[in-house]
Amino acid sequence: MTPEQAVVAVETVSAVIDGAEVTVPKGTLIIRAAEQLGIAIPRFCDHPLLAPAGACRQCLVDVSINGRAFPKPQASCTMPVENGMVVNTQLTSPVAAKAQEGIMEFLLINHPLDCPICDKGGECPLQNQAMSAGRPESRFEGEKRTFEKPINISSQVLLDRERCVLCARCTRFSNEIAGDPFITLNERGALQQVGIYENQPFESYYSGNTVQICPVGALTGASYRFRARPFDLVSVNSACEHCASGCDLRTDIRRGKTLRRLGGDDPAVNQEWNCDKGRWAFKYLTSRERVKTPLVRGDDGELHEASWPEAIAAAAAGLKGKRVGVLTGGRLTHEDAYGYSKFARVTLGTNDIDFRARPHSDEERDFLATVVTDLKTTYIDIDSADHVVLVNFEPEEESPIVFLRMYRQVTKRGLVVTSDAPLASRGSKKLSARLVNSVTEISGLTAQSVILIGERAAETPGTLSAAYELSQSTGAKLAWIPRRAGERGALAAGAIGNLLPGHRPVSDAAARVDLQSAWGVTNLPENPGRSTTEILSALNDESLDAVLIGGVDPMDISADALNQLLNTFVVSLEISNTAVTAIADVVLPVAAVVEKSGSYLDWRGIGRSFDKGIDDVDLRSDVRILSILADEMGKPINLPTVTATTREIQSLGIWDGAQPTFSKRVAAPVSAQGVTLVSWRYLLDLGSLQQGEANLAGTAKQARAHLSAATAASLGVTEGDSVVISSERGSIELPVTIVNIADHLIWVPRNSEGSQVIPELGFTSGSVKVAKR
Amino acid sequence: MSILKPVLSAHWDEPDSFKIAAYKRHGGYKALAKALKTTPDEVIALVKESGLRGRGGAGFPTGSKWGFIPQGDNKPHYLVVNADESEPGTCKDIPLLMANPHALIEGIIIGSYAIRANHSFIYIRGEVVHVFRRVQKAIDDAYAAGLLGKNILGSGFDLELTLHAGAGAYICGEETALLDSLEGFRGQPRLRPPFPAIAGLYAMPTVVNNVESIASVPSIIAKGADWFQEMGTEKSKGYTLYSLSGHVTNPGQFEAPLGITLRQILELAGGIRAGHELKFWTPGGSSTPMFTAEHLDVPLDYEGVAAAGSMLGTKALQIFDETTCVVRAALRWVEFYKHESCGKCTPCREGTWWLVQLMKDLEAGKGTEADLEKLLDLCDNIAGRSFCALADGAVSPIISSLKYFRAEYILHQTNGGCPFDPVASTLFETAGA
Amino acid sequence: MSFTNEELAVMDTIIARYPKSRSAIMPLLHYVQSLDGYVTARGIETIADKLNLATAEVTAVSTFYTQYKSEPVGEYHVGICTNTLCAIMGGDAIYQSVCDHLGIKKDQTTADGKVSLERIECNAACDYAPVVMVNWEFYDNQTPASVNNLVDAIREGNPPAPTRGPSKLQTWKENSAVLAGLSDGLADEGVQAGAPSLLGLNIANSKGKK
Repeated sequence: MTPEQAVVAVETVSAVIDGAEVTVPKGTLIIRAAEQLGIAIPRFCDHPLLAPAGACRQCLVDVSINGRAFPKPQASCTMPVENGMVVNTQLTSPVAAKAQEGIMEFLLINHPLDCPICDKGGECPLQNQAMSAGRPESRFEGEKRTFEKPINISSQVLLDRERCVLCARCTRFSNEIAGDPFITLNERGALQQVGIYENQPFESYYSGNTVQICPVGALTGASYRFRARPFDLVSVNSACEHCASGCDLRTDIRRGKTLRRLGGDDPAVNQEWNCDKGRWAFKYLTSRERVKTPLVRGDDGELHEASWPEAIAAAAAGLKGKRVGVLTGGRLTHEDAYGYSKFARVTLGTNDIDFRARPHSDEERDFLATVVTDLKTTYIDIDSADHVVLVNFEPEEESPIVFLRMYRQVTKRGLVVTSDAPLASRGSKKLSARLVNSVTEISGLTAQSVILIGERAAETPGTLSAAYELSQSTGAKLAWIPRRAGERGALAAGAIGNLLPGHRPVSDAAARVDLQSAWGVTNLPENPGRSTTEILSALNDESLDAVLIGGVDPMDISADALNQLLNTFVVSLEISNTAVTAIADVVLPVAAVVEKSGSYLDWRGIGRSFDKGIDDVDLRSDVRILSILADEMGKPINLPTVTATTREIQSLGIWDGAQPTFSKRVAAPVSAQGVTLVSWRYLLDLGSLQQGEANLAGTAKQARAHLSAATAASLGVTEGDSVVISSERGSIELPVTIVNIADHLIWVPRNSEGSQVIPELGFTSGSVKVAKR
Repeated sequence: MSILKPVLSAHWDEPDSFKIAAYKRHGGYKALAKALKTTPDEVIALVKESGLRGRGGAGFPTGSKWGFIPQGDNKPHYLVVNADESEPGTCKDIPLLMANPHALIEGIIIGSYAIRANHSFIYIRGEVVHVFRRVQKAIDDAYAAGLLGKNILGSGFDLELTLHAGAGAYICGEETALLDSLEGFRGQPRLRPPFPAIAGLYAMPTVVNNVESIASVPSIIAKGADWFQEMGTEKSKGYTLYSLSGHVTNPGQFEAPLGITLRQILELAGGIRAGHELKFWTPGGSSTPMFTAEHLDVPLDYEGVAAAGSMLGTKALQIFDETTCVVRAALRWVEFYKHESCGKCTPCREGTWWLVQLMKDLEAGKGTEADLEKLLDLCDNIAGRSFCALADGAVSPIISSLKYFRAEYILHQTNGGCPFDPVASTLFETAGA
Repeated sequence: MSFTNEELAVMDTIIARYPKSRSAIMPLLHYVQSLDGYVTARGIETIADKLNLATAEVTAVSTFYTQYKSEPVGEYHVGICTNTLCAIMGGDAIYQSVCDHLGIKKDQTTADGKVSLERIECNAACDYAPVVMVNWEFYDNQTPASVNNLVDAIREGNPPAPTRGPSKLQTWKENSAVLAGLSDGLADEGVQAGAPSLLGLNIANSKGKK
């Protein structure tokens, strides 16, 4: 039984609401208890995930306890149910109904008649509740207060102050949940308004949630403004394709085009929130760079449009009988990853497959196969942790919902956080994290503690081992949280050289036999395959002849990766024209998330499936295309649909045989000369899935060189001056910001405007020279 | 039985009354020495026994409030003095602090000792700079005399006292809004529960008391609960400052046992200004329903005023004669509430916005009797439906003026405007000065 | 231009008065007004930095209170009480008269930067009505003529002393510093009380009732 399923006994109380008895856990607010009876008391400022405010007064009801009536109606959103309580809402109390009518009338006196042009129309709690709880006509004949409208409070969020009902949901969310108090209520009385400080826009990674919970059209997203009406839209439940937090989303589609995405309701994961990237970074779906038809490189050396049969034949010709490497990338759905995994073993006869399109290591591969596959840590463990350790992991940048979950516990009960990182990011500061240089410095962990390891732990040999050792010695729970949504599913699907699907170790004969019989093949390759860098190297020196490559940006792996693909046969399954398709021999267009069904496994290893949202699309999922290709190559994998794939994965199950133990590595002693550059990626940066959305890009953090005061002094620079950072390969120029960081380190964002570390400097971390501009 | 009883104001007529030397000359800080020789709980019991009720308007028994603080909880406790005197008509705390700030200081030290607070605060409105100077100097002098700081008078009791200036917001006189303001937030009232006694300043047990309440404590310690109880009425014990202002011959402060009537005060003050008669007045500031000449003999204690349909409040007796347009008076008060509304809750924020527009129209003679009904209905939808009592204060002048002077509103309508001459109600017009 | 090291040190002493630093935001805003005359951008940003707050959290507070000004006021800020009692007793007439006299309205400043006007709320001196405050010092018992003379005298550099205040009227900035808790040593100047405050006491004394 998972922690989510455990039932805990709670004290309950009973009351009568509108004549019906209800029993609820002690502490439940009247408004919540009423909802359980199907009674909707109108409200604006109340939100189940925010602390009660009692500000709007819309939810007034008549209350008595043990026969003693309250002389005035009470706000049902701030009062908990008590035994012996009798509540009469607007349904059974004329006093409550009149009070609510009165409040609604007051709310509307200064509210502009914007409905015809307001995005919220049609899904507006003010409209709905005005109809249900308000007077048919207003008696107001005076002057409304007006404001200039709208104003940008960030490049993405617009504010129409006249529409605002001052419920303060947005300011309370930003402060309580996100820890980003960049919007606040200003002024006093009827001129009170939401605002920012003029020089500091509302650049919070979670700003979009305020647009979603605003009960009127005061906060709107620039990308959706004036685009559609709710009745135009078809909504589908979806899973977010960006990070591994595992958010439930609702995607709204009109005539085959995604217009909007909202945070879905999953209390175990994202509650009702999502981040701005998950909310707004979907313009890549309709980018002009989308590949619509297969492409084949002709004898003239150019790519030409081809029919599917032609392209499949060309691909098959280039792969059949050859030594092929498979690079899937970390963005595949679970089913698609399974397709690559099976294709590699059955059709290509190889274990040379790896989903890691980023810096990686053998230690990590070992760790993933032997440790991560067994992890059962979930969000609930963070909720109840006594101490959370971050190992080369920045939750706010790399898995935003994990950040929200931690922040809640930090503010609620002072959860202790320690971070193994070279400097305190904004997220770390919000979490009041203590910084360490190595996990070996950490003590006091218990079985209730949680260690969250990021994908960057692979960049320093020995870090993963040390974290593993720490968990072994203390009983603390481990979790591994990659940046991409497809990695955990790819691991479970065996899209990596040492694992077969369902956590079956390649080197375990019994596991291979089990899989062979399930797949109906006589043998499977026995030796663990090459890693990504080994595949690329082999392609370059011709130990491999060809590569089957999914959604991969070579610049995420290394500066040379693209070059290593130049002289080999490349079959690219991609959604858009990229640097890889530009050099590919065959390009097979694949469907993106909303154009196919599938599922993602989040960092917990738990899946969230989603249906195809758009019917009239010619694009197909990776797995279907691979199945066709496998047929053409005479070694079928029999995965004609996503549904069939899901069924096969389920029937295959998880291997319950023995797993090899993780063999720890010793950390190599670091002898750094001069200045070392360290980096990680901001949540909003030049990532390929964020393209085409300028409003979102406008809220991305600016790239700066983070130096210590001493280093800055030695270079003769101060805050805001520019420095040139150079390596053997090249250089970048950035303005300086002075922070608490070791004197021999300099931190820059890894893939932001003006700071693309791998292509410009040639590594993710290494020795650099820094000089004043 | 004397009608007046100067205690706090007893030595205000001495030019140096605000200095520590003068205060000590008249026995100041002896009560403190006496209190420090008893236990904190004994001090609380004494104040409870005296029957002292909060002088900030609500009249809540001060000793009981002190008793709500949980003791032995290992948490810091705070005594916060509300010196944000801003209720229109109220003008007792400011002259008290101008002329006798040490009475407050001594009361604070005793009160802090009683509730086991080691850091107390005075939140004073910012619009009285010279009073701020006087209080700050009094605090500095008390520190210098070993009456504040460590080991006060060798008792082992430590107390830090911080003077904090507000910045112009009437709502900060509401105790939870005051606490939020003192914590550095916008001064908006908080949800209760939790109450300040459990979670007040910095979420710690806190007592918030009015200036006059605390300043009364040294006299109770010095002269005893019996002495205090001999003054006042059965449920409203002791003496207090009544502030008389408006169309009277001699406006000013009258310190008297609770229960005195307006008739008695007016007699002492030389009555309504010559040639005029009383039209309407407030017993406790603009938030309290107004009274008329009918109410001259209402005993001005908490129960008497409540029985007559109003509230004693801050004993701010604003007197208006027949030259005054009651509609103009009510409008101007509603404009005050609109200006001071914190904005948190709908009925106050939007309601006062609307009420001002309606009252302006009525003053200009627009509208019909149906509009008067609409006005009352809106007041009904505001009163008791808002987050705090500011809105109840806002509708009070409207409801009570309509109750007693409906005909005057209608007269504006038939007259097509205000029938009163604003010049006639000014002081300088008739004073000849 | 950022504040000087001395000014920043003063801010630190203000912050040190409180168990929690955020409480210092109000005196710090008074202090910024004492240096810049109103709440400037550098004031907001410095306070945010000192108190570890977002700048928006500082403006949320500074815009809530009437005394914190978002634009410069005159060297002498004149507040005429026009709440009900003072208005009726003459405050309205005084306000109209001084507006006409100076040629400006409320929330405006004379061209020489000397005098600005505000209609203020009850300043707790109702027994001295009509009340005018200059830089939050009491000018009790005013008339239209006396206020016109007052503002003229201010502009000539020779203002009369407050009726219940220091011997010499201080400037807006100087008084703001006092509200920030920085003593100017003038507490002992001025009367202890005016006649109305002593009315009841005098009556009680003359009747031999003590």
